[in-house]
Amino acid sequence: MISLVGIIAFILLAPVIGGIIAGVDRKITAHMQGRVGPSILQPFYDVGKLFEKEMTVANDTQRFYVISYFIFMIFTGALFFAGGDLLLVIFALTLAQVFLVLGAYSANSPYSHIGAERELIQIMAYEPMVILAAVGMYVVTKSFNVGTIASYANPLVLFLPGIFVGFIYILTIKLRKSPFDISTSHHAHQEIVKGVTTEFSGPTLGLIEVTHWYETVFLLGFVYLFFAFNPLIAIIAVIFIYLFELLIDNASARVKWQLLIKSSWMIAAIVGVLNLAVLYYLGVG
Amino acid sequence: MTYLSKSPWILHYDATSCNGCDIEVLACLTPMYDVERFGIINTGNPKHADIFVITGSVNEQNREVVKNLYEQIPNPKVVVAVGICATSGGVFRECYNVAGGIDKIIPVDVYVPGCAARPESIIDGIVTALGILEKKRTEMISGLKETQQAELPQGGEAE
Repeated sequence: MISLVGIIAFILLAPVIGGIIAGVDRKITAHMQGRVGPSILQPFYDVGKLFEKEMTVANDTQRFYVISYFIFMIFTGALFFAGGDLLLVIFALTLAQVFLVLGAYSANSPYSHIGAERELIQIMAYEPMVILAAVGMYVVTKSFNVGTIASYANPLVLFLPGIFVGFIYILTIKLRKSPFDISTSHHAHQEIVKGVTTEFSGPTLGLIEVTHWYETVFLLGFVYLFFAFNPLIAIIAVIFIYLFELLIDNASARVKWQLLIKSSWMIAAIVGVLNLAVLYYLGVG
Repeated sequence: MTYLSKSPWILHYDATSCNGCDIEVLACLTPMYDVERFGIINTGNPKHADIFVITGSVNEQNREVVKNLYEQIPNPKVVVAVGICATSGGVFRECYNVAGGIDKIIPVDVYVPGCAARPESIIDGIVTALGILEKKRTEMISGLKETQQAELPQGGEAE
């Protein structure tokens, strides 16, 4: 059952919530580093500023790709919060991400190309675990439908502890946090120039930022699913997970891409597949 | 009301500096001064930058680099010359290989003298630059309107 309220609420509220999460993120990060840090509304100022800047694009296709990235990310999140098919959500997420990579490839710049390649590596690294998470939820609840999964009476995290751990592992990649921010990162960390966003400037970069807010809200919604039996516990869990990601971000240095891909595939293969195997053995599936 | 002065992103380039001013620029980012509380971020990318901070007296090797970086920064933009070498060439002014001041290459908006410039004066220079950035934005908008208005009457005359 697709809920129209979910779609509208996501489209309108996600940028506000995502922006505030980004602002709180920067404030907490600053405090962890012994700094005062910017205002909580700083991400909104940043995006407002980017839209005030001159429109300079490397070529017209680049703008098309960024707008597609934006639209498909909204589609992903809207479908998710409307209670749609989880597999379709994941495919739309990948498609959105591929548009960003294409946008980076469309500019004739070696830095942008390196960023795009690293973004592809990130997609390769997190994709198996995301699919496993969807499969795990299907095995337990007998449905790929987000609405059905969310209304499942028992805590999913107890059935899927391995898959949950694996998902948190790749969440670091998706949120662009250290140690896995190899294609581009937030804060003042510099990737090879600025990785995948090197050739985007002004309004197009602003659009990428807003898209990332949508993405953050969608990803935290995915974490919510693991605890969906009780909304209060779920929200506390989501906040705790995000703070944990911040701690990891500030406590670790960036790793090489080889380690990124090896470790995330290993985690997916060991804890994810093992979790599924145990479920089958116990006859849950 | 604009957001420009609330979120100035900086591109820092070392044009033959002795590194003294560069260390002072980086000191602004440390917990002691923490310029990020003003929304100031040190980006490594000219396409994301609003303020171009240059240190050192430009020499023949990086004259083109400075010009290139300046052109890559999208409008509105301001240039801050940090340190006496960047403002006038300093003690290297007479050297055969030195341009002597950034303003010989690109237009400079704010000069921050000192050898090396103190973090306090660098922050002061950047805050001064914010006012100029706002002014440049209003000029950019009115300039756009003027060109649009200038185009319209010409079209009318042709008819």
